[in-house]
Amino acid sequence: MLDHTPTKKTLVEVDGLRMYFPITAGLLRRKVGDVKAVDGVSFNIYEGETLGLVGESGCGKSTCGRALLRLYNVTEGSIRIGGVDIATLSHDALRRMRPTMQMVFQDPQASLNPRMTVAGIIGEPLDEHTKLSHSEKLERIYELMDAVGLSRDFANRYPHAFSGGQRQRIGIARALALSPKFIVCDEPIAALDVSIQAQVVNLLEELQDRLGLTYLFISHDLSMVRHIADRVAVMYLGKIVELAGREALYESPKHPYTQALLSAVPEPNPENESSRRRIILTGDVPSPANPPKGCNFCTRCPKVMEICHRVEPASREIEPGRFVACHLYETATTAETTAAHNSAGKARLSNDNQPTQQGV
Amino acid sequence: MTDAISIAAKRSAPRNQWWDVWDQFKTHKGALVGLAVFFSILALIIIGPWIWTQDPGFVNLRARNQGFSAAHPLGTDQLGRDMLARIMAGGKVSISVGLTAMLLSITLGTLIGVLAGYFKRLENLLMRGTDLFLALPLLPLLLLMVTLFRDPLSRSFGPETGIFILIVTAIGATSWMQSARIVRGSVLALKEAEFVLAARSIGTPPRRMITRHILPNVMSPIMVSATLGIASAIITESALSFLGLGFPPDFPTWGRLLFDAVDAMQLYPARVILPGVMISLTVLSVNYIGDGLRDALDPRIRGR
Repeated sequence: MLDHTPTKKTLVEVDGLRMYFPITAGLLRRKVGDVKAVDGVSFNIYEGETLGLVGESGCGKSTCGRALLRLYNVTEGSIRIGGVDIATLSHDALRRMRPTMQMVFQDPQASLNPRMTVAGIIGEPLDEHTKLSHSEKLERIYELMDAVGLSRDFANRYPHAFSGGQRQRIGIARALALSPKFIVCDEPIAALDVSIQAQVVNLLEELQDRLGLTYLFISHDLSMVRHIADRVAVMYLGKIVELAGREALYESPKHPYTQALLSAVPEPNPENESSRRRIILTGDVPSPANPPKGCNFCTRCPKVMEICHRVEPASREIEPGRFVACHLYETATTAETTAAHNSAGKARLSNDNQPTQQGV
Repeated sequence: MTDAISIAAKRSAPRNQWWDVWDQFKTHKGALVGLAVFFSILALIIIGPWIWTQDPGFVNLRARNQGFSAAHPLGTDQLGRDMLARIMAGGKVSISVGLTAMLLSITLGTLIGVLAGYFKRLENLLMRGTDLFLALPLLPLLLLMVTLFRDPLSRSFGPETGIFILIVTAIGATSWMQSARIVRGSVLALKEAEFVLAARSIGTPPRRMITRHILPNVMSPIMVSATLGIASAIITESALSFLGLGFPPDFPTWGRLLFDAVDAMQLYPARVILPGVMISLTVLSVNYIGDGLRDALDPRIRGR
């Protein structure tokens, strides 16, 4: 995708983001380890695009999204939004940055204060960051309600009186209140009915076109991500294993994990569906508190090699704009490293795998 | 008809939330009755003395232990003092002690509970302090407070106000721990709620986070412990007066009247029943008001 959008400006730059949560144990609450929820993630988001972030539950997608807005104090790494590194900003400076970045939450019920009216909820960002008069504020609240398709009559009602889709619209209106540039959508459709999912996603797309928004769209719904995202990042156990343009990723997934993930998406066409070959992964996701040595995926990878248990694969650009962190593709790009650690067996293995990848 | 009005009001501007609360409160019959009873008790003890002008402290030994009569509608006590006047005077003290001590203990309990729940750094200090207060033996502590501070307070504020301040502080300072623990528990749960995270992503600073998001949502438990607190404050005051630690013996409070009458309970049961009924009515009406208010403040229950 990089080659398609060479003129676009980078809005969000994430470099080596790590988010560890300490594990304490014993009487004195000594720190005995870390849950490595996000472990060295780097990516860019260009202005006006949607980056989809997919992965199975517990892989650190939501933590990554929240750390990006610094709802957590990040352990390491830098997050540059519009050129400002927010990972190290002071509280006051961060508060002034808040209007440029907002978030839409997963559970629309839980993300709205049950004791506030819709007008109060949508007006909260305005109260915090603007000095509008009462009537101006009300006018802006009504505008926002129009923008997300809520009737103005609802301004006085409380969240419990709404359906899930309407609640999510309230959440979106709140996120839009300060005209942000960047919105993290943390599984905004996961808690919604399928028919409502489409409405909300269409609303998000329409708002993007109209207001020039940039999204980080976190989801585990691969077909929805295919619909909305321009580029897709696949996460596994706190790391991004593959990052590519949407079409390229869905047409020919490179990383074995992406292949397995995409093979689980049902095919609408029954003929293709009958010939769909699922790659079934065995075993469980290792604990993020104790990830395996070498590649994080080595315990479940169907194409695992000896090197995978020893050396952590670096993310490398195998095609323009396409990043994969897998030893399988090192042979194609850098022959020297392969020769250093390795063996004819590995080359043979990766060659054997070539047809399978195209078949998926 | 009211619908038409409310729709018109909605169109024009967001309606003041307190009108919704009042609308819901009105639908709670028990709360309305409680409110009526509480206001009649207040009227009795505030306006009553202007109409029934007998001095509650006037001793008339010739009219001892009388039953109900025109001269003494509720009879007289063992020293011939008029019971109606004493109940009215006693109510003033008991209810003001109850309300003030409850306010003090709720304020203290909520403050400490919210601070301990919201700010992780303060939690250990505050909650161990709460445990310390819970572990203190209350009666010796009250005894100590009264003996230490009665004279200086009486000297600077006059005997009645001095004792009032002392009793209210003593009750307030020894009864906030339960509400502090309840509030802390609710705050801990609320702090992890997604709407608090949403407010953080907006950039709401902690103090407004507490007033806007945390406090309204811990209102229910606070309300319950407040209404229970009034009852226990009135009863603690009675117990203190009975032990001779509270107001002076000739100073009527409901608790004092009750305990004075206990000796002759079998001969003159009315003298026990009357202050007892007043205490129960107050406590019950306040509980019902609190119940109605709690429901009315919760938008999820409102409108059902």
